Amino acid sequence: MKIRAQISMVLNLDKCIGCHTCSVTCKNVWTTREGVEYAWFNNVETKPGIGYPDNWEDQAQWNGGWERKKNGKIQPKMGGKLSILSKIFANPDLPEIDDYYEPFTFDYAHLQKAPEMKTAPTARPRSLITGERMEKINKGPNWEEILGGEFSKRSKDYNFENVEKEIHGQFENTFMMYLPRLCEHCLNPACAAVCPSGAIYKREEDGVVLIDQDKCRGWRMCVSGCPYKKIYYNWNTGKSEKCTLCYPRLEAGQPTVCSETCVGRIRYLGVVLYDADRIEEAASVEKETDLYQSHLDIFLDPNDPEVQRQARADGVPDAWLDAAKASPIWKMAMEWKIAFPLHPEYRTLPMVWYVPPLSPIQSMAQAGAFGEKGSMPNVRDLRIPMQYLANLLTAGDEEPVAKALEKLIAMRAYMRSKSYEGEVDETLPGKVGMTGQQIDEMYQLMAIANYEDRFVIPTTHREEVEDAYDLRGECGFSFGDGCGEPRKAVEWTGLFAKNAAKHKV
Amino acid sequence: MMSYLNQFFFGVYPYICLVVFVVGCILRFDHGQYSWRSGSSQLLRRKQLVTGSILFHVGILIIFGGHFVGLLTPIWVFDAIGISHGAKQVLAIVAGGFAGVMCLIGMLLLIHRRLFDARIRATSSFGDTSILLILFAQLLLGLSTIFVSLQHLDGHEMVKFMEWAQRILTFRGGAAELVAEVHPIFKAHLFLGLTIFLVFPFTRLVHMLSAPIWYLNRRGYQIVRTRKQNPKQPAAPAQQ
Repeated sequence: MKIRAQISMVLNLDKCIGCHTCSVTCKNVWTTREGVEYAWFNNVETKPGIGYPDNWEDQAQWNGGWERKKNGKIQPKMGGKLSILSKIFANPDLPEIDDYYEPFTFDYAHLQKAPEMKTAPTARPRSLITGERMEKINKGPNWEEILGGEFSKRSKDYNFENVEKEIHGQFENTFMMYLPRLCEHCLNPACAAVCPSGAIYKREEDGVVLIDQDKCRGWRMCVSGCPYKKIYYNWNTGKSEKCTLCYPRLEAGQPTVCSETCVGRIRYLGVVLYDADRIEEAASVEKETDLYQSHLDIFLDPNDPEVQRQARADGVPDAWLDAAKASPIWKMAMEWKIAFPLHPEYRTLPMVWYVPPLSPIQSMAQAGAFGEKGSMPNVRDLRIPMQYLANLLTAGDEEPVAKALEKLIAMRAYMRSKSYEGEVDETLPGKVGMTGQQIDEMYQLMAIANYEDRFVIPTTHREEVEDAYDLRGECGFSFGDGCGEPRKAVEWTGLFAKNAAKHKV
Repeated sequence: MMSYLNQFFFGVYPYICLVVFVVGCILRFDHGQYSWRSGSSQLLRRKQLVTGSILFHVGILIIFGGHFVGLLTPIWVFDAIGISHGAKQVLAIVAGGFAGVMCLIGMLLLIHRRLFDARIRATSSFGDTSILLILFAQLLLGLSTIFVSLQHLDGHEMVKFMEWAQRILTFRGGAAELVAEVHPIFKAHLFLGLTIFLVFPFTRLVHMLSAPIWYLNRRGYQIVRTRKQNPKQPAAPAQQ
C-alpha cells in the first residue's frame, strides 16, 4: 500500500444554474492570451448536446482514454507507444480548431467611427486567427446553450445510448441539465501516458496534473489522448495547456477560481486519500460498469488509524490528514455515495465528481400521486431519463444513480417534514439507507453549503521543499517565459521575430 | 580570388556554421526552452497537413540518414564490405531520388498550405515560412545533382564529398581543395546545406533534436513528480 493524497472536486449538478460564472472567471485568469482564445479550461455545457469540442464524449471518433486489451492490461486507446510515435508527423485523432470554434471578435470600433449613414452601424465579426472578416459565426464556446439548436443535432449526444431518444425530442418530454467541465486531474491520466516528451506529470503532494511548459515540445498527442478534451494546443506558443486546478491558489489554502466564484455554491474541494499501488488494478477491471466501484475501492477511510499511520509513513503531512477527515469529497462520494465520476468507462479514474441533478416528476404529478405524506416519488419518473444520467456517470449502470437520487429526494422530504410540516418522519432516512443525523449533515453541506464546509484545503508546505531565499525577486506563476508580457518569449523565436502587428483586430 | 572564396566557403564557413549550430542550440535549450517546440499547425488546418507532413518527414529523414551514413562512413568500410564506389553512388541516386520525390510532393503540399491558407499564413512567422523555402531550395538543388551525377557513374565525385566532410569533421586540412573543381550545383548544395546548420538554432528545426524516441523506453505510462525527496537545499550564504 502506498498512500497518496489528492485534492479532488465535487460538483452538485442539482444546484447548477448554468450561469457560466466559473467559465468566465477561469477564462479571465488563465486563457485570455493569443493562441488560447478558443480554449476554456472550464466550460459549462447544456445536456443533452454534443458538447465542446464537437462530440467529445464519443471515443470511437477521438480515441481518447484507455482501452482494455484481451490480456487484461490497459493501454491508451490511441495505441501502444510505437503506434503513438508513428503518429507524430500528423496525428489522425487531433481535433481541428473548427471542432471547438474559430475564435472571433467584433469590429466594435466601427460603432463609433462609422460615417453618417442611413442605417445604424453594426459590429461585424472578425476572426481572431486570420484577422479577416467572418461572414457568419457557425459555432461558439456555448453554442447549445439551453437546448439552442435542433433536436436532430443535440440528439447525437453520446449519452443517448440505450435511451429511446425520439420520445425526448417532443416538446412535452424534453429535458436538460447543465454540465460544468474542467480537467479531471485523473489518477490514471491518459494525457500523461501518451505524452512522448514526458512533459505531463501528476504532482505527488496534491494530485494536480500539469504540463511542464519547458519540456512540452508540441507533439500534441495529449490533446487527443485526453478523453475529456481538456488539453488545449496553444497555436501561438506551440505548447499544450490545461487546467492547473489553480494550484498557486490551492497551495495557499484557497479554492480554485471556478469554485470560489460559483454563485450557486455547487463546488466542493477537499482531500481524499487513495492507494497508489492499486491504480492500475482499479482501471483494468473487465466490466465497464464495475469501474465506478473499483475506483471507489481504492479510496481509503481517513478515520481509520491504520490508514493514518501508513499515510504518515508515506509522507502525507498531518494537516492533510486532518483535512481528509473533514473532506466534503469523502462524505459525498464515498460515505453517502451521491457523487459519481464523469464517464468512468474511459478508465482514467477521474477526480472531479458529480452529484446527479433531480428533475420534475411529471407523470406522477399528473396522476395525482405526488405529495402524499410519507411516500417517496419513484426516481425513475424523473424527467431526465435515468439511463441518460447513468451513461454520463456510471458507464450505464442505473442502480447507483437511482440510489443517489433517492437520497437527494429523501433529504428534501425529511427536511420539509422537519422544518415545514413540523412532524419529523423518522422512517424516511432508513428507506434510503441513511440516518437522520446523516441527512442533517447532508443538508448542512449541500443546501446551506457554508464556505468553510465546501472548501477544506490544507496549505502546501512549500517551505519544506524550497528555500524561499532562492525565490527572492521571482515572478509568481508564469508560462515559463519570464515575468513580462506572455508573448515575449515566442517573439524571441527568431532571428526572424514574429510580426505581432499582423493581427489587426 | 576564386581559390580564396573556395577556401572560405568550404574550408572556413563550415566551422562557422557548426559552431553557431552547437553553441546556439545549447544556449537556446538552456535559456529559452519555452520556445523549443515543433510548432505544429495541424490544429488550425488539417487539410494538406496529414499527407504533406508525413511525406515530407519520412522523405527527409531517409535523405538525412542517407547523407549521414553516406558522407561520414569512411570509404574503406565500403571497400572492405565490397561495395564499389560506383554501386554506392547508384544506390545513393536511386534511394535519394525516391525519397527526394516523396519529400518534394510533401513539401509542395506544405508550402502551398503555408502560403495560401489564410489561417496558416496569418499565424506563420517569417522564420516558419523562410525555413520551409530554404529546405525546398535545398531539396531542388539536391535533386538536380542527380542529373550531374548521372554523367559520371564511377563514384569518384562522390568520394570527394565524403573525403571533404570527413576532413572537416576531423579537423584535417585540405578539405576545400577537394571540392574546388566540382560542378557549381554541388557547390550551391553544399553551401545551402551548411547555411541550414547556421540558421538551425534560430528556427523551429530544433524540434528534431528532441525527437522523443526514448518514449519507447519509458517504464509504465505515468509520471509522478515529487518534491519531498529533494534534499533540502542549504541556505545560500548571505552576500558580504
